[in-house]
Amino acid sequence: MRLMSRTTERARRVAERVTDPELPMLSLADLGVLRDVDVVGDSHVVVDITPTYSGCPAMAAMRDDLVHELTSAGFDRVEVRVSLHPAWTTDWITPAGRAALAAAGISPPGPAPSTSGPIPLSLLPTARQVRCPQCGSPATELVSEFGSTACKAQYRCTECLEPFDHVKEI
Amino acid sequence: MPDIHTSAEDEHESAYSGLLVNDAHWAFGTDFEDPLAGVDTTIPDGVDAATLATYALMLGDDSLVMSHRIGEWTSNAPDLEDDIALSNIALDLLGQARLLLARAAKADDAVVPTLPEGSPAPPEDALAYFREAPDFRNVRLAELVNGDFAEATVRVLLFSVWRLAVFERLRESRDHVLSAVAAKGVKELAYHRDYAARWFVTLAQGTDESRRRLITAYDALWPLWPELFDTHPVEAAAAEAGVGVDPATVREAAETVLDQVLAAADVERSEAPRRSGVLGRTGRDGMHGEPLSRMLAEMQSVARAHPRGQW
Repeated sequence: MRLMSRTTERARRVAERVTDPELPMLSLADLGVLRDVDVVGDSHVVVDITPTYSGCPAMAAMRDDLVHELTSAGFDRVEVRVSLHPAWTTDWITPAGRAALAAAGISPPGPAPSTSGPIPLSLLPTARQVRCPQCGSPATELVSEFGSTACKAQYRCTECLEPFDHVKEI
Repeated sequence: MPDIHTSAEDEHESAYSGLLVNDAHWAFGTDFEDPLAGVDTTIPDGVDAATLATYALMLGDDSLVMSHRIGEWTSNAPDLEDDIALSNIALDLLGQARLLLARAAKADDAVVPTLPEGSPAPPEDALAYFREAPDFRNVRLAELVNGDFAEATVRVLLFSVWRLAVFERLRESRDHVLSAVAAKGVKELAYHRDYAARWFVTLAQGTDESRRRLITAYDALWPLWPELFDTHPVEAAAAEAGVGVDPATVREAAETVLDQVLAAADVERSEAPRRSGVLGRTGRDGMHGEPLSRMLAEMQSVARAHPRGQW
């Protein structure tokens, strides 16, 4: 087992502070995008991230924010590497991240569907068991598969009538 | 650039300093970084670099051209949700295109056009913006001029049923980049397919007018379906080397899925004959129709006018 050096630990803490530009209540660590932080030599940090969606426009911002935060914390050289495999899944959002989403009024994702083997055709709207993050009622209905961002669907609570976003399982 | 944020003003400024982490920004790209930074791009043993590069270009051009056409629906779809859905599909495909074009360039830089000295354009953008239509290897289905919403529905359905069947197999590629793009792409394409399939059924079972339009679009696009499963020599070689998929081998799987949609929609399999190539050459050979040239002229003109553009 390799012991984490204090410098690595510090770099990790800084990297973990960086938040998602679209979901600012979530750190990249809670989102599961931050895969690894390592320090090579004295102050060269290597960060591995896994993209959420292939064309997610937030990825460039996340990358720049990581470089900016780590550079500001005194690390001379910051290298952000892309780790494509395994592909990101909403299952990687941590329990703390899920709690933060719910606290912000966003319904966290359920378990992601399996994507091994051929993926069967689905002609019906995606059925999800979504609870209202405001009142906790299970009586909710889908308004639109796309909410404030493409990775969220919009729902409405038929109990308290509040609309809310739900992070889609992928 | 201040190291520590001390005031609201500095916070505001940081939005710009964040963008200026790197020295030069190519003005027309989708991003400022190599999408394959840190990814293992070693060419697997026994694989010909030119074959791998050309194969990646084929898949990359399919997604780039299709992305551009679907992207043209942005702000033009029948309602806001479908506008966002189509834009999102275009965005997914653009993301796939970036990785695939970057992969092609890393495998064999001979495929990348030479740019004027001093141009900061990364290889993926050199490939997107500085090639002529005959250098594009996309299937012709992707490049057609957009029609009505029924046409978009049928086109996304045919394209994603086919591409998903290919990607399900491409997950086993010996090339780490292609297998990763496929593993990610499968999730995205399954959504694109199901979205289009639901609209296909809805329009077919809707009004007389929606059904008429759907069937018109289906008959018009069906002639380009067989081309998707032709085996180009590069695809055969890539499949032989264990990095690619011979599309002919997924035809049955794709048609099984398509038949399920047709059955649910109560639409007969079209009998429109396949569209022939020109002297046997089709999209994979660089043989395209006029629509691609027009599309590229619009897409590429600004980058070509300012090959050294930076901001």
